[in-house]
Amino acid sequence: MLGSIIAAGLASGAVYALVGVTYNTMFSTSRVMSFTAGQLAMLGGVFGSMFTLKLGLPLIAGFLLTLVLCAIIGIITEFIAVRPVLKSLDQHLYVLSTLAVALMIQQVAAIKWGTEPQPFPRLLGLGSGVWDEKFWLPVLACAITIAALEYLYRRTLVGRAFLAIAEDNFAARALGLPERNLRIASYALAGIIGGVAGYSSGELLLAFFANGALLNFYGFVPVALGGLGNNRGSIVGGLALGLFQQAANFLVGGIFSSVAVFALFIVVLLAAPQGVFGGGTVRRV
Amino acid sequence: MAVVTASPAKSEVAKSEVTSEVTSEANGWRAALPHVAPFAGVIALAVLLPLVGNDYWALIGTRMAIYWVLVSGLNLVVGFAGHLAIGYVALLTLGAYTTSVLVAGNVMPPVPVFLALPIAAVVGAIFGVIVGLPALRLRTFYFAMSTLGFATIVTQIALAWQSVTGGGIGIAGPEFPAPFNTAWGFYFLCVVIAAFTTWLSANVARSRFGRALIAVRDAEVAAEANGIFKPKMLISIFLVAGACAAVAGGLFASLQTYITPDAFTFDLSVLFFIAILIGGRGSILGPLLGTMILTILPEIAAPLAAWSTFLYAVLLLLIVLVMPGGIAALLDFRNRRPLASNRAIVPRSAALADIVRRSKGGKALALRGVSLSFGNVKAIDGLDLDVAPGQIHGLIGPNGSGKTTTLNVISGYYAAKAGSMTLGADALPPGMPALRATRGIARTFQTPRVIGEASVLQNVMIGGTVEGRASFVEALLALPRNAQDERMLAAKARALLGVVGLEALADVRADRLQHSELRFIEIARALMLDPDFLLLDEPAAGLSNNEIERLGELIKAISARGTGVLLVEHHADLIFDICHQVTVLNLGRILAAGTPAEIRVHKEVVSAYLGG
Repeated sequence: MLGSIIAAGLASGAVYALVGVTYNTMFSTSRVMSFTAGQLAMLGGVFGSMFTLKLGLPLIAGFLLTLVLCAIIGIITEFIAVRPVLKSLDQHLYVLSTLAVALMIQQVAAIKWGTEPQPFPRLLGLGSGVWDEKFWLPVLACAITIAALEYLYRRTLVGRAFLAIAEDNFAARALGLPERNLRIASYALAGIIGGVAGYSSGELLLAFFANGALLNFYGFVPVALGGLGNNRGSIVGGLALGLFQQAANFLVGGIFSSVAVFALFIVVLLAAPQGVFGGGTVRRV
Repeated sequence: MAVVTASPAKSEVAKSEVTSEVTSEANGWRAALPHVAPFAGVIALAVLLPLVGNDYWALIGTRMAIYWVLVSGLNLVVGFAGHLAIGYVALLTLGAYTTSVLVAGNVMPPVPVFLALPIAAVVGAIFGVIVGLPALRLRTFYFAMSTLGFATIVTQIALAWQSVTGGGIGIAGPEFPAPFNTAWGFYFLCVVIAAFTTWLSANVARSRFGRALIAVRDAEVAAEANGIFKPKMLISIFLVAGACAAVAGGLFASLQTYITPDAFTFDLSVLFFIAILIGGRGSILGPLLGTMILTILPEIAAPLAAWSTFLYAVLLLLIVLVMPGGIAALLDFRNRRPLASNRAIVPRSAALADIVRRSKGGKALALRGVSLSFGNVKAIDGLDLDVAPGQIHGLIGPNGSGKTTTLNVISGYYAAKAGSMTLGADALPPGMPALRATRGIARTFQTPRVIGEASVLQNVMIGGTVEGRASFVEALLALPRNAQDERMLAAKARALLGVVGLEALADVRADRLQHSELRFIEIARALMLDPDFLLLDEPAAGLSNNEIERLGELIKAISARGTGVLLVEHHADLIFDICHQVTVLNLGRILAAGTPAEIRVHKEVVSAYLGG
């Protein structure tokens, strides 16, 4: 029993963590929390199932196409929902514009793909029981994503430019960094991370249009736990949330495990508004 | 348009007198008519609907009224307080299930429906606050998320808690007794309830609480300086909005006759807040029209029903990008009339005596050894400062010497790390800016913090928020004390606008004004308190020479009423003309203090700051 709680907890936790990283990646270059994060993950599952099962493409081709499409949707988001409202960040119009895009994505998925959960292809056919690939694939995807992001941010010029923009937008622009292009790139990157989250968890969550709204919320909880823009906080927060949710599921049953997650969310926000792992404070006067 | 931070007005201000716009001092009824007439029209339509329609129209009309019951409450949260509650369908669901379960009696003995509805309202009010808790401290995105999360879990619970909610099979909605059990009978019940909630929300909107909500939304820092407690305000309206939503839920369940979790799709949530955004922020008529349009839209465009959410989303994006003001802005004809371009500010300081009550005086504001550092930078370092009642105390120094920081410490935005502040014999607690107004300390800001979307008069009235005596409940029910407050505040605000010379602009939206005019509005707002102490942060910045001269006269007149003025300024001439005492700061320490004559010849001051 403990084994399956841990396996399922870590698996769903890894998905939440990846969605959290998707939020953060978009946030870092634009100061915008975008409602498309969860939808990108939903699309990862839907595209994966569509290319491999419906259209019969080879796994690798389907995977790459999924990521490309998710990246494109990320870029479209930047163009139509983020760039026009950047001038008035303090009015929070981005909440509405990104929500509008998220709703469009969800509605198109519901109509074109269907409102029933549909199967996702078995990718590798490895493992069974608690070692089934549907449990460890998301964790593996999460680990690879983190390693790749660390390499990007620490070792490459582009990654350092991302960090510079996240740290101080004005100073970075004064240094001549192409802020706009970097922002577009970060939205593409966020699309890819969201796509990976959805694709790797396809066997666990299935290809289901309603996963978008669900992951929007469950993926934001780690961001709130870890502090805005803090990727490490999101990873730890996501895995903790997954384990907490599965444990609550086991202890108090399905009805109240979601209540427990919601209560945790509210309590954390009230007790540690900047997240458990901290984030910046803003000068007001 | 949020806080107006206009750049200094470049246009030459003509010396001519104010070209006075004809301010309509007509009787109250004629002034109120344009506001009331549209609502009367909607009610007339609602009453006439049965004459022209069949039961199909009864259904649509009922649905419209029920949605509006929810939206009228939600409008206070979204339209007035500016918090994006995107998952309010959850509270509708909660109300629907609470009412149905209570009436069906599958948990406890059955309850009559007219008792079940108020109980549902209480439950909804409580959960409205719980969902809103993150909004009290955090940016609006967190609140949007918590409402979305709540919407997610409420549906999950409704599905899983089979013994109470019937799970996916559902539960019968409550049935109303005669005469409300026919289509038209129920319709009129819903219309009456909708009219009632409209009245409630309009009462809040027109009271000082409604203005305070907009102030928190658009100029939060200034709202605090005027003594507005954001958490208290928000909790009050979350209670109202939650109760309205739950009542709407009970009616919705009855209309559906049978409810399952599927009946409460997220599309409804989207409809609710898009109705408000289409209608426009800070309006009641706009969202009402928005709700009516959005309810009818899927009916007349039946082939598009499947794509309705997509259409709403497109609509939402268009509103955000193209028409942020919504219907209300389209209907706001008055603010499209051009303003006179050659207007000048001519304060009438003499009139102060009739309006501002003479400060009791006697209490001095004293700072002893106050220190504050940001990281390793000592912004102020052991500062002693005394501001006596009825005196003008100048605070000057180079940029970064700690002048504004000192003001912020006094007004509570920063808590000093060391030292003490006293007001007379009482200690002034560090931090807590919202407590300063009741202590008689008012201030203005370096960049004017004014509510762009509110009228000039409303902006000034904000300053008197703590003077109002009616409670939120009294305002909600439009009891007499609230009306007294309103009359008192409006009269005083008009009089103060006369003092600063801007009465001709009282009804104009504040974001249409020039920078210099905003500075004088801030002063009028601060004077609403009859302050014992007035803190002015660079009031002359961006003003023309003529205006600075008039400002000086105004400040002198204010201090002559017994108010102690602490003036941070870079215009040395103004400081030396009007101040009784001057303190010069440099790098957070006092470089010199004394009378203007002493400071003007002080060697270090001359070399560090004045030049010469």
